[in-house]
Amino acid sequence: MRHVLSLLLENEAGALSRVSGLFSARGYNIESLTVAPTEDASMSRMTIVTTGSDDVIEQITKQLNKLVDVVKVVDLSEAPHIERELMLVKVRAVAKDREEMKRMADIFRGRIIDVTESSYVIELTGTQDKLDSFVGAIEPALVLETVRSGVCGVGRGDRVLKI
Amino acid sequence: MVLTGAEIVVRCLQEEKVDYVFGYPGGSVLFIYDELFKQDKVRHVLVRHEQAAVHAADGYARTTEKVGVALVTSGPGATNAVTGIATAYMDSIPMVVISGQVPTAAIGMDAFQEVDTVGITRPCVKHNFLVKDVKDIATTIKKAFLIAATGRPGPVLVDIPKDITAQKCEFVYPDKVVIRSYHPVAKGNGGQIRKALQLLTEARRPLVYTGGGVILSNAAEKLTRLVQRLNTPCTNTLMGLGGFPASDHRFLGMLGMHGTYEANMAMQHCDVLLAVGARFDDRVIGNTADFMKEPRKIIHIDIDPSSISKRVKVDVPIVGDLGEVLDEMIAVLENGEHRQELSATEPWWRQIEDWRGRSSLAFKNSDDVIKPQFVVEKLWEVTGGDAFVTTDVGQHQMWSAQYYRFDKPRRWVTSGGLGTMGFGLPAAMGVQLAHPGAPVACITGEGSIQMCIQELSTCKQYRLPIKVISLNNRYLGMVRQWQQIFHGNRYSESYMDSLPDFAKLAEAYGHVGLQVTKPGDVEAALREAFGRKDDLVFLDFQIDPAENVFPMVQGGKGLADMILSAEDL
Ligand SMILES: Cc1ncc(C[n+]2csc(CCOP(=O)(O)OP(=O)(O)O)c2C)c(N)n1
Repeated sequence: MRHVLSLLLENEAGALSRVSGLFSARGYNIESLTVAPTEDASMSRMTIVTTGSDDVIEQITKQLNKLVDVVKVVDLSEAPHIERELMLVKVRAVAKDREEMKRMADIFRGRIIDVTESSYVIELTGTQDKLDSFVGAIEPALVLETVRSGVCGVGRGDRVLKI
Repeated sequence: MVLTGAEIVVRCLQEEKVDYVFGYPGGSVLFIYDELFKQDKVRHVLVRHEQAAVHAADGYARTTEKVGVALVTSGPGATNAVTGIATAYMDSIPMVVISGQVPTAAIGMDAFQEVDTVGITRPCVKHNFLVKDVKDIATTIKKAFLIAATGRPGPVLVDIPKDITAQKCEFVYPDKVVIRSYHPVAKGNGGQIRKALQLLTEARRPLVYTGGGVILSNAAEKLTRLVQRLNTPCTNTLMGLGGFPASDHRFLGMLGMHGTYEANMAMQHCDVLLAVGARFDDRVIGNTADFMKEPRKIIHIDIDPSSISKRVKVDVPIVGDLGEVLDEMIAVLENGEHRQELSATEPWWRQIEDWRGRSSLAFKNSDDVIKPQFVVEKLWEVTGGDAFVTTDVGQHQMWSAQYYRFDKPRRWVTSGGLGTMGFGLPAAMGVQLAHPGAPVACITGEGSIQMCIQELSTCKQYRLPIKVISLNNRYLGMVRQWQQIFHGNRYSESYMDSLPDFAKLAEAYGHVGLQVTKPGDVEAALREAFGRKDDLVFLDFQIDPAENVFPMVQGGKGLADMILSAEDL
């Protein structure tokens, strides 16, 4: 089962490697991991997408909580929540592909944020699925680069992760 | 008061009432050593290898209720310490290790004696710190001691660059530090405690299984009271020995791979299992699927939530400090909330006596060749069962666990989790310093002792009258035993050729050495050794090289599937 874990952790050198080290040392999966400081500069917010049985997810949560730098952990996927990911795709855009790429970006509500004679950079946000389908919908040969941020998540409504 | 970083380090140790620091100097810790030199509250013990410094701090911590402290230099000093740190980590031993680091500006430059100590030790510490500002030294050390000693204890490393130890700042040692993300739970959940007692008082075949947690949380007395009150049988893991008195008839001995027949059978067949500060290790329950095929209710008390339902699914988890939880269990029982029909467990006790009747620890003694079990039994007799016993790793460790019957906690010092050969002698140094005048025995093998034998020199310097009991079988015995059983008697590299004359070697270090070859001389040799109150005596017992440790549960097999003696092979 896929789970989205959200963490608050001390914004300390080494905190990230404690988390990633835990996953590799204990053989847990990481599908994606994103981290950046929060409005409180002493803390970072991390979103980890992982997969595992309920027992494994329970262990992951407990092990994360054990790390001294981890302030809080929630499993976002246990309740309604929102996930978003940002993707930048550089595509070849010459001749008739120029129009086609523009049309695809529009359909997926993406934006073209860089234009040269032969390429576009398309910016797209959405769920992992949406980004996957965009990548699936365009001609693979035209894709020069894709950069994805990994998933960010937040609980819906009153669910707030704060100390 | 304005002090240098190095002065602050030493002042912090004084504030923490550290009486011994085990260490080894080097370039990046020279300022700290200079400050140690100028005072006499914190005594420094100069080991001969940094691994030994950490093991000595470990032995000190295990037999006191204090945090062990080690001090090492950067680079090779820190890497030498890693085995010791990992050993302490696996057995949850409270310890603070201070390591020197190259100056801040040199970090990342591949400077002389630079290693990423925080990175290397990260997976084997409870927490670690790199101090980047002299103003942070005091709070960091305070936090290190707090983290090491509270919750599930463990080693904490503080890495301090050399320039930081030379800089100055105002020193105040904080009374308290708050770590917002660190709140070990103390009290167990009352509802869960009642559920547990309900199960235990209604059980037909109850068993209490306890581990190192009972020792670490100083809960042995409470555990004993609870077990006696419930009148259940009790077994200890290797780490838990001494948590329940071995002389109580409710004690079934150690369980697990080399556990007694009665302990393993009871573990497999009980209907309610109370696990206290133990973690269902693979060496303890054998094959997990086989263990779980028997229906039983499991209650698990532990301070570390991640130990619960990690290897086996638990029915009643109780997270909390063992002492507090056991206190509450006893209080609830004494309130008379749960009625217990003591006669309900009579058939179970009969069954257990039946299993006990197999005398799984019986061994054939010999008049010609010394049996290791006999040596440990005699050691127990000669020391009145009240010595501090450290061990190395191998067959001798298992024989010690089986035949030295501990009645008290914090007497038994062994590397259970990591299984570190070389642990025994340096650990005994820490024990002897913590308990001057007390009998300290290091039971070892001729393989293990050579992994830290240089410490005989430290023992001379500090006049540590440890008794080294070497069960010399001229083999890496435990390896040989596995090769005999699982690898068709092919003794690949498990024979120790060209052994030194250990008695002479001990003498060369300035100690007393005795070689013992005849069973008839064992007791006299032990008496002589323990009679020499001021001397380290190295007893080199030439034992039966073919002896194996039984009972034995082979890796991957179920607990009830035991090899009881050589005839079963
Ligand atoms: C540092 C280290 N290296 C290797 C091992 C693997 N090992 C476990 S027991 C053992 C043999 C120990 O031999 P000895 O100390 O002579 O004790 P005996 O088993 O003969 O009693 C070995 C090599 C270990 N536990 N620790």
